[in-house]
Formats: sequence, C-alpha cells, structure tokens
Amino acid sequence: MTDATATHGPDGLLLASDGTPLKTKLRQSMKASRRRAFGLVLPLLLFVLASFVIPIIMLLWTGVSNDTYASNMPRSAPLLRAWDGASQPTEEMAEAMVLDLIDARKAKTIGKVASRVNREQSGTRSLYTKSARRAAKMEAPFIDALVKADKDWADPETWRATKIAATSLTPAYYAAALDYKYTADGEFVEQSEERQIHVKLFWKTIWVSGAVMLFCLLLGYPVAYLLSHLPAKKANLLMILVLLPFWTSLLVRTTAWIAMLQSQGVLNDIFVWIGITGDEQRFSLIYNLTGTLIAMTHILLPFMILPIYSVMRAIPPSHVRAAKSLGATNWTAFWRVYFPATIPGIGAGGLLVFILSIGYYITPALVGGQDGQLISNFIAYHMQKSLNWSLAAALGGILLAIVLVLYWLYDRIVGIDNMKLG
Amino acid sequence: MTLKTLIGAASVLAMTTGFAFADAHSEGKMDAKKALMDAKAAIEKAMAALGGGTMMGGASYEFPDLDGDQVTVVSWGGAYTKSQVEAYHKPFISGTGAKVVSEDYNGGLAEIKAQVEAGNVTWDIVDVELSDAVRACDEGLAEEIDMSALPDGADGTSAADDFIAGTLDVPCAVPTIVWSTIFAYDKDKMKNGPKTIADFFDTKGFPGKRGLRKSPKANLEMALMADGVAADEVYDVLSTDEGVDRAFAKLDSIKDDVVWWEAGAQPPQLLADGEVAITTAYNGRIFNAVAAEDKPFEIVWDGQVWDLDLWIIPKGAKNKDAAMEFLKFSTSTQALADQASWISYGPTRKSSAPLVASYNSKPDLKMGPQMPTAPQNFKNALQNDFEFWADNQDELNERFNAWLAN
Repeated sequence: MTDATATHGPDGLLLASDGTPLKTKLRQSMKASRRRAFGLVLPLLLFVLASFVIPIIMLLWTGVSNDTYASNMPRSAPLLRAWDGASQPTEEMAEAMVLDLIDARKAKTIGKVASRVNREQSGTRSLYTKSARRAAKMEAPFIDALVKADKDWADPETWRATKIAATSLTPAYYAAALDYKYTADGEFVEQSEERQIHVKLFWKTIWVSGAVMLFCLLLGYPVAYLLSHLPAKKANLLMILVLLPFWTSLLVRTTAWIAMLQSQGVLNDIFVWIGITGDEQRFSLIYNLTGTLIAMTHILLPFMILPIYSVMRAIPPSHVRAAKSLGATNWTAFWRVYFPATIPGIGAGGLLVFILSIGYYITPALVGGQDGQLISNFIAYHMQKSLNWSLAAALGGILLAIVLVLYWLYDRIVGIDNMKLG
Repeated sequence: MTLKTLIGAASVLAMTTGFAFADAHSEGKMDAKKALMDAKAAIEKAMAALGGGTMMGGASYEFPDLDGDQVTVVSWGGAYTKSQVEAYHKPFISGTGAKVVSEDYNGGLAEIKAQVEAGNVTWDIVDVELSDAVRACDEGLAEEIDMSALPDGADGTSAADDFIAGTLDVPCAVPTIVWSTIFAYDKDKMKNGPKTIADFFDTKGFPGKRGLRKSPKANLEMALMADGVAADEVYDVLSTDEGVDRAFAKLDSIKDDVVWWEAGAQPPQLLADGEVAITTAYNGRIFNAVAAEDKPFEIVWDGQVWDLDLWIIPKGAKNKDAAMEFLKFSTSTQALADQASWISYGPTRKSSAPLVASYNSKPDLKMGPQMPTAPQNFKNALQNDFEFWADNQDELNERFNAWLAN
C-alpha cells in the first residue's frame, strides 16, 4: 500500500507517494473494491429486478389502471371523462361513440371494450356488441340513432357506467377489492350485502393463517426439542422423518390427505370400525375448513420445526444446568431460561409459516370445498376464470400491504434482528 | 339405409329431417341469438316430424399430406376426449401423417387469453362452449374461419345448409356437438329415484348429498325450473333481481347437502364412490359410465340445459393450417357420426344423423334415444342462453362466490 511511504503535505494532510492526500487515495481504492463487489452481485440484482420487482410493480399498476376503454375508444373516452355525469349526454358524445363503435368493430376490440363496460353495469356487453353491429348504418342525430338501436342508450346509467370505464386511472378496483363500489360521481358506496365477499375473506385468510401458525407451533416445538436433545444418531433418523415429507411434492401430500380424510377414506373407515361413529354419520373432514387446516398444518410444519431446531441446537446445555444448580425447578429453568432463548426461532418459524399460509392457494383449492377457500383462491379465480386482472391485482396489492404491515408490527414487537433462520 | 334403422337413430334423424321444414337459416348479419332460437325451434319442429331420410353420399373430405406437421388439440378430457381421439384424431393421423397432441383443460378462456397476449400460442385448436366461442371471437382471441372451406355433407348438401341452422353464425367457431347438463342417480342405491327437476331439490323425499357444478351456470336455471318456472320463461325471470333472489333461495334450500364439482369427469366418480346420491353432470359422462363401465346410473332428462361445443383456433396458432385441416376433417359428416358412437352427444351436422347407429362395442345399444335431443328426453329442455351469460356472468359469478363463501 501507498501509505507506507506517506509524508505530510504543506497543510499537514497525510499524502501518498504520488502526492495526493491519503484520504482521497483510500476512497479511490475503496471505490474500486465496491465496484467489484457490485459487479459480482449485479447478475442476481438484474435477475431479481427483472423477474420479481418489475412484474410486481407492473401488476400493482394494473390494479389502479385499466386503459382498455381509453385505448380502444379514443374519441369518446376524453369526452366522457369531461362529462359531469349528471346532465344529458350530448350529441357530440353520441357521435364520438358511434365512430368509436365502428372502428372497434373493425379492429375486433369491441368484445374487450364491451366486457370492460359490462363489469361496471351488467347487460351493457350485449348493448355494445349489438350497437357496434348497427353503428355503420347510423346517421345524425346520433343520440337518437343509438336510442333507436337500443333504448338502454337513453338511460343515463349506461353513460355513467361508460364514464367509469373510460377513466383509465381509477380507484375502482381497490374499492371493489374492499367491497365498495366507485360511482361516476366519484363516491364510494358499500356493495350490496349479497355481493360482499372480499373483506370477509381477508379476515378469514388472516385467522386461518394464524391458526395454522399456532397448530404448527404446538406440534413443532416439542418435536424440535426432542430432535435437539436426542443423541446425534437418533436425532438424525428423526430428522429424516421431518425432512422426508418436506421433500415430497406438495400435490402428493395434499392428495394423500384426500385419501385419508374423505368420507369413504382411511380415517373414517377406522372410526366406523372402532365404533366412534356409525356408517351413516361419517365425519366431514375434508372439502371444508377442517380439511384446509389439517392439510396446511401438515405441509407447513417443517418450516416451523427447522428454525426452532437450529436455535435450540445453539443453546448451551450449561444454561439450564446453571439455572437448576441455582435452585430453579425444571419448569422455571425451562420457562425463564430455555424458552426465552428459543424465541428467535419461534419468531422466524412463525413468520415463515404465517406468510407462506397467507398466500396459500393449491391446498385450499383442492381440499377446501366451499368454506375452506382463502383470498388467494379468489385472486387465482380472477386471473384465470373471470379474466378481471385488475381486480386480481388490487386484491394482491392489499394482501401484500397486509403482509408488510404484519412484518412491521413484528419488527416493532419482537424485532427483526432477533429472528434466526438457522 | 332402411327406415327402420333411421327410426333407431330417432333423435338425430329428427334433427336431420326437421330442417327441411324449418329453414331458419337466413343470410348475413342475423343476430346470433335469434339464429340459435330458430335452431331450437327447428329442433322442436323436427321432434314432431319424424320420417323420411337422406341419401348417403361418398366421403366429401380428402386428406392432404401433412407428414411432419403437428396439431395440438385441446379438449375437456375423460370420456369426451376419448370419443374425439377415436373419431377425429386416429383417422386424421392415419390419413394425413400429421402428429396430433391431445391436451386437457377445464374450459374458460384464461389460458387462450394468456397465450395470445404473450404472443406464444401453443394450442392450435380448442373445444369451447358457445358463450366462450362468442367471447373469444368478440375479443379477437380466435382466428376467423372461412366457412365456405368446410366440406360438403356426405349427402352433397353444402356445409352452410348441413349444419343446424344458426350454429355457424359465430365467425370464429365451428360446432361439433349438442351436449346437455342433466342430473343422474345410482338406481341400485335409490330404487324409487327422482323423476323431475323439482325432485333434485327435494332432500326430504330423496335424501342424500347432491353434486352440483361450482358455477352459477345451469344451476340457477335448474333452480328456477324446480321452483315451477317454465323452461321458456327461465331467462326472463332470471333477468330480474327478484328472479335471481328466487333462484338463490332455491339453491340455498339444499346448500348444506351440496358437494361441488369442477371437472366433467368428477360427477360419475362422486356417484360411484357414494359421495353423492344425485348429481348434475354432462349427459355424455353419465352415458359413458353406464355403457363402458356398466354402472347402474340413471339419467333424468327433465329440466336439462343444453348447449353447443365448438372448435376455435386461437389467434396466432403456430400450426394454423394443419389445425384448419383437422377442423375440416373433424366436422365432416362421417367424423361427427363416428363420434356419436362413442359418446351420447348429438352431431351438429344434419347429414351425420342417419349414419349414427349404435354404441361402438355394443350393437344392441342404440345411440338415438341417448341423445339430449331425442323426443322423449327433450320434453322439458332449456337452451343455455349465451348472451344472457355474457351480459350477467360477472355479477352472477360474484354473487355466487359470495353465496358460497358465506
């Protein structure tokens, strides 16, 4: 290094051999090594950015922005956005609408547009496709021509629904994800009772995740304790029993539970055989919430056991012995000395299990029946079946926010530095 | 072909001959819904007009040489896909030398939409329900099909006249079969089984779990019919809020006893396992369990909801030309007739009807009376109204899901 030959400059600064101040020289060499380190993580950073961060941001963006209408109906969209939503629709709006309908039919985008408006008001889908078929023959005054094609064009609600669809940047999807309806006047109205579902499901998802976490803890803590206190040979054998299901495909384990729990399944057969229940009154253990809880607890158990186990392994046995030698009972020694030391493992396992189960999807879909479905199943439903990607994105965005809030709470209460994954 | 054989294949024949009387096929821009209503009227007229027959012609489709080409055909799996493999894929493979890859899916447009939007279309031809065919066409997810390229019927009639009137009106889709949602029970376990759609909802008179498809489609219609609404008024009632409330109230009366199914292969399995006492199902699946596996299932046709299945070619399909050849062959007279000997779905070509006789492995089992459109099965039948569902499915699905979760 150059500082071996350092001399003092005129203003008293340490100088390197080439006369530059040592501080600058040091910064330069640090910079080089920082750049090298950055170069090494760059591939991973780019990968995470491209495959994780950007898709998430894009999807979150879909939740507040849908330009299906604006991009396919360019003439009527700005007019509708400028319209106050209360006065009579103008002839200018009607003309723009007719011209847009003709173009959208030619470009084969009318179906997309109609589906978009139909989400705001049922029945407008056929109104749009039908009007588009007739639009080419319409003549001024266009407002009357539209009404003649279908009297629903005389209904201001049709235009108001279109106004909502024409606004690309909209809180409507987040409102819908929270069981509210965003109206053309910019107000939020509660969704009618029989269509409210999402808020209930969010709560259900949270308490199911909490319950799964609790069951995993109750079942996993003793197992982890046993594993860390047995002689290595036996512990390794038991460890394989924990890891073997962990390595088995999720689908296999879920399907195995179906075979075990269904009403003609192994468990019910045993119950009938030993006389706990009659052949006619077999227990419903699957295709409901019970099935979801059992299967999810089993599948997530290793995520609880492993962090707790690794923390327990690191606790010196001398601590408990010391407590006992100072007069503590077995229970006091465990509760006051051993247990607090395992909290980082419990925290890590609990957080892992909770966050994994809050997004759980395949298991509830397979064994959940009608009341064992969680919010992630509805996100999948809107992605795959109803094709309402914006609503799916809004639901996903809220789920992400819930996880972040819980993470923050955890950090405030337990402290994230206290977490030990192994 | 003798008249006797024709009467054996009564239902399909009925479809054939009826259309001579009921020429509902109009030119050009007819409203697709109206055309289908005409199709229904035509079938109904045909029921009353048995008799006469069509002449058999030669094969009107010539296989091109497609050695080295490949087509990915996507359908609903189970017995239905098997009937297509036997009647479409195998002859097509041996005739053209092309490779056919068969894939299963559970309906809906999600996968097609994802493929088209990603610009990576791996499916070449897909079997879809009518409502999805219309939607795919409207949203530009499917290729337009040149209907004049379809082969003539075996009796020489042009394709335009040979298909059931109105069914060729979706410009992106060619229909293959008429299928129906019915309900069925195990007659070994239930001696005095249900007779009407109202019995399905009567859990006191006919105790046991019920199987229903996890979708409002067909369930709401059946609920209303069970509640005393006539088939031709069902969609009028369902278009009102009170009607929807009424349908849900009826479903609510059996909600605690329902096991929900999603894939078409599930209901026969649920019946066989004793998981349900009565279940709705696609008629061909139950027929297959009876014919191929000798299950003691009985179909109740009262209150059936019938629909079409059609081929579409996703926009930008990689093997579009080969897929088009597959489409032309599989919707030819003989292929449609052959399929009907594997599963009880009615062919959509009138000229196929006289060629349909009996089940492939059981010469005694006549296929005619097994079809949804056979006169004795068609007394109280409802056609699925795709336009109603296109308009209302967002709202009704939402309400159905909320109802399920509560």
